[in-house]
Amino acid sequence: MSAAAGPVEAPRAAVQRWTRVSAGFSSGFLGVIALMALVPVALGGNTVQEMTTLLTFVLMAVMWNALAGYGGLVSVGLQAYIGLGAYATVWLASHSVSPYLAMVIATLFCGAVSVPLSFLVLRFRGAQFAIGTWVVAEAIGIYVSFDSSLGAGTGTSLTQLDAYSQGPRENYTYWMTLGMTVFFVGALFVLLRSRLGSSLQAIRDDEEAAASVGVRVVAGKRVLFILAGLGCGAAGAMTLANILFIEPTSIFSVNYSAYMIFMVLVGGLGTFEGPIIGAIIFYVIQNQFSSNGTWYLVALGATAIAFALFLPRGLWGELEARTGIRFMPLGYRLRASKAPPLRDGAGGGAGP
Amino acid sequence: MTWINDIVQGITLGGFYGLLACGLALMFGLMRIINLAHGDIAVLGAYLVFLLLEHWHVSPFIGILPVLPVMLLLGYLLQRTMLERSLRSGLLVPLLTTFGLSIVIQNLLEQGFSPDVRSLGENAGSIATSSWQITSKLSISTIGALTLGVAIVIFGSLQWFLSRTQPGRQMRATAQDPDTAELVGIDSRAVYGWATAIAVAIAAVAGMFLAIRSTFFPYAGPDNLIFAFEAVVIGGLGSSLWGALLGGIVLGVAQTIGGQINPEYSILAGHLVFLLVLASPRGGLLTLGAGGIARVRSARGVSA
Repeated sequence: MSAAAGPVEAPRAAVQRWTRVSAGFSSGFLGVIALMALVPVALGGNTVQEMTTLLTFVLMAVMWNALAGYGGLVSVGLQAYIGLGAYATVWLASHSVSPYLAMVIATLFCGAVSVPLSFLVLRFRGAQFAIGTWVVAEAIGIYVSFDSSLGAGTGTSLTQLDAYSQGPRENYTYWMTLGMTVFFVGALFVLLRSRLGSSLQAIRDDEEAAASVGVRVVAGKRVLFILAGLGCGAAGAMTLANILFIEPTSIFSVNYSAYMIFMVLVGGLGTFEGPIIGAIIFYVIQNQFSSNGTWYLVALGATAIAFALFLPRGLWGELEARTGIRFMPLGYRLRASKAPPLRDGAGGGAGP
Repeated sequence: MTWINDIVQGITLGGFYGLLACGLALMFGLMRIINLAHGDIAVLGAYLVFLLLEHWHVSPFIGILPVLPVMLLLGYLLQRTMLERSLRSGLLVPLLTTFGLSIVIQNLLEQGFSPDVRSLGENAGSIATSSWQITSKLSISTIGALTLGVAIVIFGSLQWFLSRTQPGRQMRATAQDPDTAELVGIDSRAVYGWATAIAVAIAAVAGMFLAIRSTFFPYAGPDNLIFAFEAVVIGGLGSSLWGALLGGIVLGVAQTIGGQINPEYSILAGHLVFLLVLASPRGGLLTLGAGGIARVRSARGVSA
C-alpha cells in the first residue's frame, strides 16, 4: 500500500508481456509440438496410438479448464460433445463423407449445437449449471441410443476407416489429433491474450466485480462455452478414430467429466499449462494403475478431493505461486526501473 | 381411465423422488451446497440395510432403524471434515469435492459388495407386491402409497422442525447469516453439521425405498442424483421445502406418462420436462414462493 503523503514521483515502470523465461518457454513449447509431429516417423506402432490417447486427454482437460478455470463454470456434461462429435462422425461417414473430413465437420457441428444450448444453461451458475449440463448430456445420450441407424444401444464402429491399412491410419489419426489439440490449445491462448481474455480472467476472479466495471460476463462465458463444445467435439471424434468402436453408455459416460476434473485439479485449475501437466499425469497413472480397477478409481476420487481441499491451485499453480515465474506470456507484468511502490499487476505477482 | 391410472402411479413415484430430493433441497436451502454424492449416499444407505438383513432376518422397515443413527453420524462427519472446508473456499470447491466423493463411494461399494444388481423387494414381503384395486383400470400399489405417505410425513416433520423448534430456528438463522448467528451464540458449524446429518439420514430412507421398489447396484447413485436434482429444480430450487416434493411428483408423472407412450421414453420425458422448466422465464415452479427454508440469502460472504 502506498502510504506516502504529498506528491510522489511516479515510479517509472514498463508494462511487459514477454519475459526471457516466457519467451524461452514458449519457443520450447513450439519445439515440443514440432517434435511430436515426428512421433509416427520416429517411434511408430503402439506408441502412436498411445500418444493419440494422451492428446485427446490434453484436449479434454484444456477445454474443461477453459470453462471452469476461466469462466467459473463447473460442467459435468462435456461428455455430451464427446459423444456427439463421435456419433456425428459416424453419421457423416455413413453418408459417404470421407471419414477425416467427417471429423472436422462433426467438430463444427458440436460448436453449432453449443450455441443454442448456451442460451439454455448459461442462465445458471454453480450446481445448476453443473447438473443442467449433465442432464443435457444424458438426454442426448438416451436420444442417440434410440437411433438404430447409429447402432442404437449396442454401439457402432467407424468401418469407413478400414479403407486405410492400420499403420497409415494410426498415423493420420495421430496427426489429425495433434493438429486439433494444437489448434484448440492455441485458440485458447490467443483468446486469453486478447481483450476478451482479460475480461475472462476478471470473471474468474470475481464475477460481480467484473460485471460492475462493465465486463460482459455472459458474452465472455458464451465464447468459452462454444469453444469447449468445439474442442470436446473434436476430442470425441478423435477418440472414435482412435478406438474405432463406440457405444452410447461409454462415449456419453460421466466418467469423462470425472477424468477432466481430476486432470485439471491436479495440474492447476485456472492456469494455462496446468491441465496439460494434469493430462500427462493422468495418462501415466491410468497406464500404471487402471488394472487395479475399483481401488484405482477410489484413489482417483480421493486425490481429486485432496487437491480441491488442500492444493486448490494444483501442481502448476503452486509452482507458479512459489517461484513467481510465468511460463506462458498470458498476463502483463510491471517491470519497475526503480524499487517500489508496486502493486500486484494483472497476471504477474510482484517479482522477487 | 388409463391416464388417471398413469397420473396416480406418477404421483406415487413422485413421492419417492421427493424423498430422494428432500436432503438435497435441505442442504441447498441452508448452505447453498449441491451434494453431488447425494445419490451415492442414498445407495450407501440401501447397502447398509442390505448388509443388516444378511445377518438379521427382519423387514427392511425395521432394518433401516439402526442404519439411521449411523447415517446421521456419517453426515455430521462429512460436513465437519469435508464440506465445511469446501464451503470456505468458494462456490466451485463443494462441487468438486462432492463429485470426488461420489466416485469414491461408488467404487468402495463395488469393492465391498460386487457389481451385482440387488433388490430388497423380497425381504419386504407382500408390501412390495400387493396393491389396492380401486376400479378395473385403477390400482395403487401398497409400496407406492407407503412411499408417498412416508415422504409427506418426513417433509411435514422437517418443515415443523425448521419453523417451530429451537434447533430449527437456529438452522434458519444460520442459513440467513452465519456470522450474526454466531454473535447470538449459535455454533454455526455444528448447526450445519446437523443439517447435513439429517439430509444424509433422509437420503438413506430414500435408498431403502429404492431398494424395495426396484433394484440397486454400486453405480446407481448418479441416476438417482439427477432425478433428485430435477425434482429440486422443478420445485423451485430450495426456495421452499415442499417444492421438492411437488417437483418430485411432476417428475414422476412426466416419467410415467412418457413411459406410457413408449417405455423407452420414460426417463427422457423426465429430462425434457426438467429442461423445459429450466428454460421457462422463472426457472422453477415455485421459485420465490412464500415461506421457504430460509429466506434466500442475498449476499454470502459479506464478512469474508
